[in-house]
Amino acid sequence: MSKLPTPSRASSDKSSSHPGFAVRSSATSSSLASRRATVYDRNMNRRAPDLALSTFAFLFSEMVQYSQKNVKGVQEMENRLSAYGYHVGQRVLELATVREIKNAKRETRVLGLLQFINTTIWKAIFGKVADALEKSKDQEDEYMIIDNNPVANSYISVPKELSSLDCASFQAGVIEAVMDGCQFPAKITAHSVPTELYPLKTVFLVKLDPLVIEREKYMR
Amino acid sequence: MVVYSLYILNKAAGLIYQRDFNEGLRKLSSNDYLVLSGTFHAVHAIASRISPVPSSSGIEVLETETFRLQCFQTLTGTKFLLISEPRQQGSDAILRRIYELYADYVIKNPFYQIEMPVRCDLFDRHLGAYIKSL
Repeated sequence: MSKLPTPSRASSDKSSSHPGFAVRSSATSSSLASRRATVYDRNMNRRAPDLALSTFAFLFSEMVQYSQKNVKGVQEMENRLSAYGYHVGQRVLELATVREIKNAKRETRVLGLLQFINTTIWKAIFGKVADALEKSKDQEDEYMIIDNNPVANSYISVPKELSSLDCASFQAGVIEAVMDGCQFPAKITAHSVPTELYPLKTVFLVKLDPLVIEREKYMR
Repeated sequence: MVVYSLYILNKAAGLIYQRDFNEGLRKLSSNDYLVLSGTFHAVHAIASRISPVPSSSGIEVLETETFRLQCFQTLTGTKFLLISEPRQQGSDAILRRIYELYADYVIKNPFYQIEMPVRCDLFDRHLGAYIKSL
């Protein structure tokens, strides 16, 4: 009888080296970690130190590879990248508004909002302002945000067979989320316009919803 | 400072990138480039084995009357070969910088498949600009 517990203990020792057991032990350690300070305990106004560009580049590279799987065309892939950016934009808008609370106001005009995206949002995510903001000459409902060196594209060379793809669609998704969040529904597409000096130059074409144009007329 | 050409070999001795930086170099057939890189890979491997010093890194520099070949092997086994004029100084530093460019514009490019030939516009562009700036 007294000998019985011994083999059972030995078997439990053996199981501790088993990978299945290791998974359980790591689960308990992660529940320990969750008791430590979380992102919600941190001061919201303090800016986190800037992240290494390489970290973003590797993560984004994986995101692009993932979004390449089972897609039918370039359009669908851009839509996927844009959808990732949309999630970022929703959160960044919220955070930027909280941080800018001193001089925060609700943007009611298209131009004001685009300026806000051009400067505050761009700075919050990419640490620089976008290079230009232009209004389309022939289309009343189109604006263009121009970035000579979009961060998402920093290390990406698009192969020739996908030449119409612009991975900065991710950033277009960010803009779309911010505009949606401010009640300015719009469709944003990214178009790469390489120049000799800026091979990565991207134009984000903002096509406003007719509803916004109509509202804008009333406010004049 | 004249840099003649750059070769990048993957860890299986395959030539994944070759570029000449000076006009007037005699072009080899693509098969010859492969033979050349394969031969160097083999000699490098033998040299590291037969070296009297334990854990030798293999051939680092090959000096001849007409050119100087510097080899830089990364921890992952990729080799960078730089062929320059015989009295070239600091080839080692140049190769390290090229390795940085490779890590940035090739490895971080989502459309590059590892161990496959390098076809990245940004890498070509930045490499060209760097070599020109020397």
